[in-house]
Amino acid sequence: MTALLEIKDLRAEISGKQILNGYDLVVNAGEIHAIMGPNGSGKSTLSYVLSGRPGYEITGGQALLNGADLSEMTVDERAAAGLFLAFQYPLEVPGVPTMTFLRAALNSQRKKRGEEELSSPELLKRIREAAKVLGMDPEMLRRAVNVGFSGGEKKRAETLQMMLLEPKLCILDETDSGLDIDALKVVASGVNQMRSKDRGMIVITHYQRLLDYITPDVVHVQSAGRIVRTGGKELALELEATGYAQYQSEAA
Amino acid sequence: MAGDNRKPLQPTQAESGLVELFAARRISGDNLPSLCAEAFEAFQAKGLPSRREEAWKYTDLRSLMRDVKPLATPPEPAAKELAREAGLLKETGFRRIVFVGGYFAPELSDLQDIEEGLSIGSLSEALATQDSFAASYLGKIYPAEDSAFALNTAFMSEGVVVRVRPGATIERPLHFVFVANATQPATYFLRSLVVVEKGARATFIESFEGADQCDYHVNAATEMVVGEEARVERIKISREGDQALHVSTLVATLAQNARLNDFALTIGGSLVRNQTFVKLEGRGAAANLRGANILAGKEHADSTLLLDHAVEGSESKALFKSVLDDDSQAVFQGKIRVRPAAQHTDARMMARALLLSGAAQAICKPELEIFADDVQCGHGSTVGALDQELKFYLMARGIAEADAVGLLVEAFIGETLDGIEHSSVRDHMTSLVAELNERK
Amino acid sequence: MAAVQETVEQVRRIGADQYKYGFVTDIESDLAPKGLSEDVIRFISAKKNEPEWMLDWRLDAYRRWLTMSEPTWALVNYPAIDYQDLYYYAAPKSTAGPKSLDEVDPELLRTYEKLGIPLHEREILAGVQRPDEEPGRRVAVDAVFDSVSVATTFKEELAKVGVIFMPISEALREHPELVRKYLGTVVPTSDNYFATLNSAVFSDGSFVYIPPGVRCPMELSTYFRINEKNTGQFERTLIIADKGAYVSYLEGCTAPKRDENQLHAAVVELVALDDAEIKYSTVQNWYPGDEEGRGGIYNFVTKRGDCRGANAKISWTQVETGSAITWKYPSCVLRGDNSRGEFYSIAISNGRQQVDSGTKMIHLGKGTSSRIISKGISAGRSSNAYRGLVSAHRKADGARNFTQCDSLLIGDACSAHTVPYMEAKNASCTFEHEATTSKISEDVLFYCMQRGLSQEDAIALVVNGFVHDVLQQLPMEFAVEAQKLISVSLEGSVG
Repeated sequence: MTALLEIKDLRAEISGKQILNGYDLVVNAGEIHAIMGPNGSGKSTLSYVLSGRPGYEITGGQALLNGADLSEMTVDERAAAGLFLAFQYPLEVPGVPTMTFLRAALNSQRKKRGEEELSSPELLKRIREAAKVLGMDPEMLRRAVNVGFSGGEKKRAETLQMMLLEPKLCILDETDSGLDIDALKVVASGVNQMRSKDRGMIVITHYQRLLDYITPDVVHVQSAGRIVRTGGKELALELEATGYAQYQSEAA
Repeated sequence: MAGDNRKPLQPTQAESGLVELFAARRISGDNLPSLCAEAFEAFQAKGLPSRREEAWKYTDLRSLMRDVKPLATPPEPAAKELAREAGLLKETGFRRIVFVGGYFAPELSDLQDIEEGLSIGSLSEALATQDSFAASYLGKIYPAEDSAFALNTAFMSEGVVVRVRPGATIERPLHFVFVANATQPATYFLRSLVVVEKGARATFIESFEGADQCDYHVNAATEMVVGEEARVERIKISREGDQALHVSTLVATLAQNARLNDFALTIGGSLVRNQTFVKLEGRGAAANLRGANILAGKEHADSTLLLDHAVEGSESKALFKSVLDDDSQAVFQGKIRVRPAAQHTDARMMARALLLSGAAQAICKPELEIFADDVQCGHGSTVGALDQELKFYLMARGIAEADAVGLLVEAFIGETLDGIEHSSVRDHMTSLVAELNERK
Repeated sequence: MAAVQETVEQVRRIGADQYKYGFVTDIESDLAPKGLSEDVIRFISAKKNEPEWMLDWRLDAYRRWLTMSEPTWALVNYPAIDYQDLYYYAAPKSTAGPKSLDEVDPELLRTYEKLGIPLHEREILAGVQRPDEEPGRRVAVDAVFDSVSVATTFKEELAKVGVIFMPISEALREHPELVRKYLGTVVPTSDNYFATLNSAVFSDGSFVYIPPGVRCPMELSTYFRINEKNTGQFERTLIIADKGAYVSYLEGCTAPKRDENQLHAAVVELVALDDAEIKYSTVQNWYPGDEEGRGGIYNFVTKRGDCRGANAKISWTQVETGSAITWKYPSCVLRGDNSRGEFYSIAISNGRQQVDSGTKMIHLGKGTSSRIISKGISAGRSSNAYRGLVSAHRKADGARNFTQCDSLLIGDACSAHTVPYMEAKNASCTFEHEATTSKISEDVLFYCMQRGLSQEDAIALVVNGFVHDVLQQLPMEFAVEAQKLISVSLEGSVG
């Protein structure tokens, strides 16, 4: 069986600076992997390399999504292939209503996959359902994408987009940053609702607390641009107790 | 289609006067640098700047300058005595370099214990000795195409020449004091050169003052070079007499990572024009320009800026505020130019005017001229009256109306003073503004 | 390669091919003798059977024009115009003057159909107005072809409520007193070089009068088409909203692709009396020239509205995508107390286009207010300038203005300029001005593409978001057309 995501000896750099140094990771459908690590260990970098952010250049190794080489796809092709990145700092798109944005994104992906466009009433229905799970006021969706949203609202909106686009691989980049505990629970419930045997997730986080609500199957510790240790969910608790100091020295 | 196809104008009385003045200078002046003659030709081709010129649209010098005052003659002792009494920022301990009636007054200046790395001289001396250092910079720093500046170059005779050598930090501010001669009407052409070399730091103050009821013209210009990694702070104060016409030009270039922090205060003079041309020609260069005009009567003050971003990755900020009472008038014209190579420029400009009287006028023209796409540029401006509710609130707390207005005016101006980095200069300037504002 | 860089490449490749209104209608024309002279002016006036005072008015303007010189302050560059090498009057031969739609040359009707402007009233009734729509959705059209109006629809129906909507040449014959009362009172014959030229030679345009208290039952629209070679178009529009009246007026323009430049020097005058409101919308899509800057229209237009009465309101909305050169400043004179002026603008330049456009808000009356929202988008090797004046005069107590002008740059060979003038001569006025210049953020593009949008769709989305505030001001049908036009104008960079 082909893995959902297979990363083999991946090397990447940004403006000539090496940031991933031989990264190996396999995520199968149905699994949730947590990636933890100290600040500056390149956790967000991995998400940007996989999603194809301009400026992040793969210099060696491979990243395969369902067997297809990600480096050969444009950003939007990767999205249509099922890769979703929940941004740590979601961008604002002034003047574009969230609803318009969601419709454009969803239909654009469906078109690329050779699927029918979704009718407006059907789309609306799905959006309302997702908004309900996340406790979002549908009025908010008339406002421009992320403009004037609080930190918590932005994270909810990211989760809403994820629920709507039904990706195969979700990468959650520091989704817990800037969230209070109540918002964190709401976002986590949205994420948990998306757990399925067909879907894999990578949860990138600095703190253990998110993992109280989204239970991972595997926990990795990343340092200096590669994975240095892998374990079960108990590893997260251990890290909470001991901190990252030992991994920083290990990397050095 | 470029250019002005309108007919040339007949020379005005002032323009003809200047021609005579220059002819006289040419005869008397031995070794008049060719630079001066060329500048006068450039001036003659355009004449005095008028509203037909976009940059002078709101300050029509051609019609406002009715005649030409004679060139200044050396001041008599009485004038010097008067000047000794005058003096803004006198008890501050700053190093004072004093000019009276357009002439250097060494006996009133403090030239003791000059710091290492600092040299101070007078322009007259530099011209007389054909000093090669001064000659390599004068008129060559940034060729601002402006006829008032050209006129200054044509007639330049006295001013300060300062050099701060690489790495030197001059903590004690240098204060150039220009006092008009109260005993005779005259035209003063003052020209200073400030070269701050690599990694050096210095603070300069230029103050211009003169007596009321004395008819005189000042045309001052400062050319400045801020070298790599150097930091310069410059304060300019115009406290001219109520008849005075004052035009001053700052021309500056900033090298890589150089910083210029500039503040201009205008609080006197019948007509004051401050024009500033800054070219950011090194990566990482940063210019922070601020200005405050506190005007009353029929005073007219014009602040015109050009922030010329020539290379990638430079930054500029501008903040100008005017408080206008009676029939006074403030003009702000600020242009941010981003040349094609100047990607990643960050430029912000803000101009605010507070109108205290129904007859006061504020004119504001902030311009963006952008030729590079990856930039962040913006400007804003506001014009409005004093917040009546705020005034009422202060008065309800027992503050008299005039004091309440004074407080609000100081608060309004305060932001421009806060940007002064040299803490002692900032303190003295803040009290000076409070004091002058009260007198007004 | 960075996304924006690719966009730039694509923008570079696009040019004249995108202009889909560039066809020529093969129709015989009546031309005035080439060049400009008093005789030509007499010829035009005679062609239109004008009253004597009108001819004198024109000749006055002409004599004044001879003493004036072309303005040079705008940020535009073009070779000198030879005013003697132009035709000042061109009219399709078959139409002596529009009578009824049945008499209009079928070739002309086909032209307008091709342009998407149906001139058959029946078609409009059947096509545009769907059963679920209110009747207010209908649009009456005055079609101006070169120098004459060829058809005006819904005249009778409008006449029932007292609205006069007809070619100005006809109004001069049928309502001379009204025309004489208002013509040249907003834009005097001496106003500026191009307006003065227009006053001397103007050929046709629309005349609208809305009587007191009447809300015009449908949108009025004029569609301008330049067809003939070497012809200048000098239309003149005059709209009067009497006390308490309301009208929404739309204007559209196209021209064939030709290698030489063509001059368009129009004058539009609006008069709003007490409590009246005029909403004037333009979608300007004159031929912009090819990618090397050959051909295209010189659009030198004077548009001004006079809020002559208390509580009057005039609102200008413009979407400027065409013309080789645009020199245009739709303005409001806020004379009446508490009157209000608005200016909403989208100006897009691509290829070698040059735009110098903006507005003037002249606050004369007490409690007057104005609002300016300008969005400039420069792409290709174009230059795009906003130039605006806001002034408050001595008696304009409590005048308020808010101005926002934003520029977006696509590619590194274009330029954007912002030149706002603010002149406050009244202490109780409040002026606020904000301006920004930026490019489409790479990060925002990446964000949109991560959600599955192609690069072109992502840019289109961001640009539409950028102009959103202005598009909202357009009547719905026009907004849809404008949105399409924006996409076409930036084709290569946008969808």
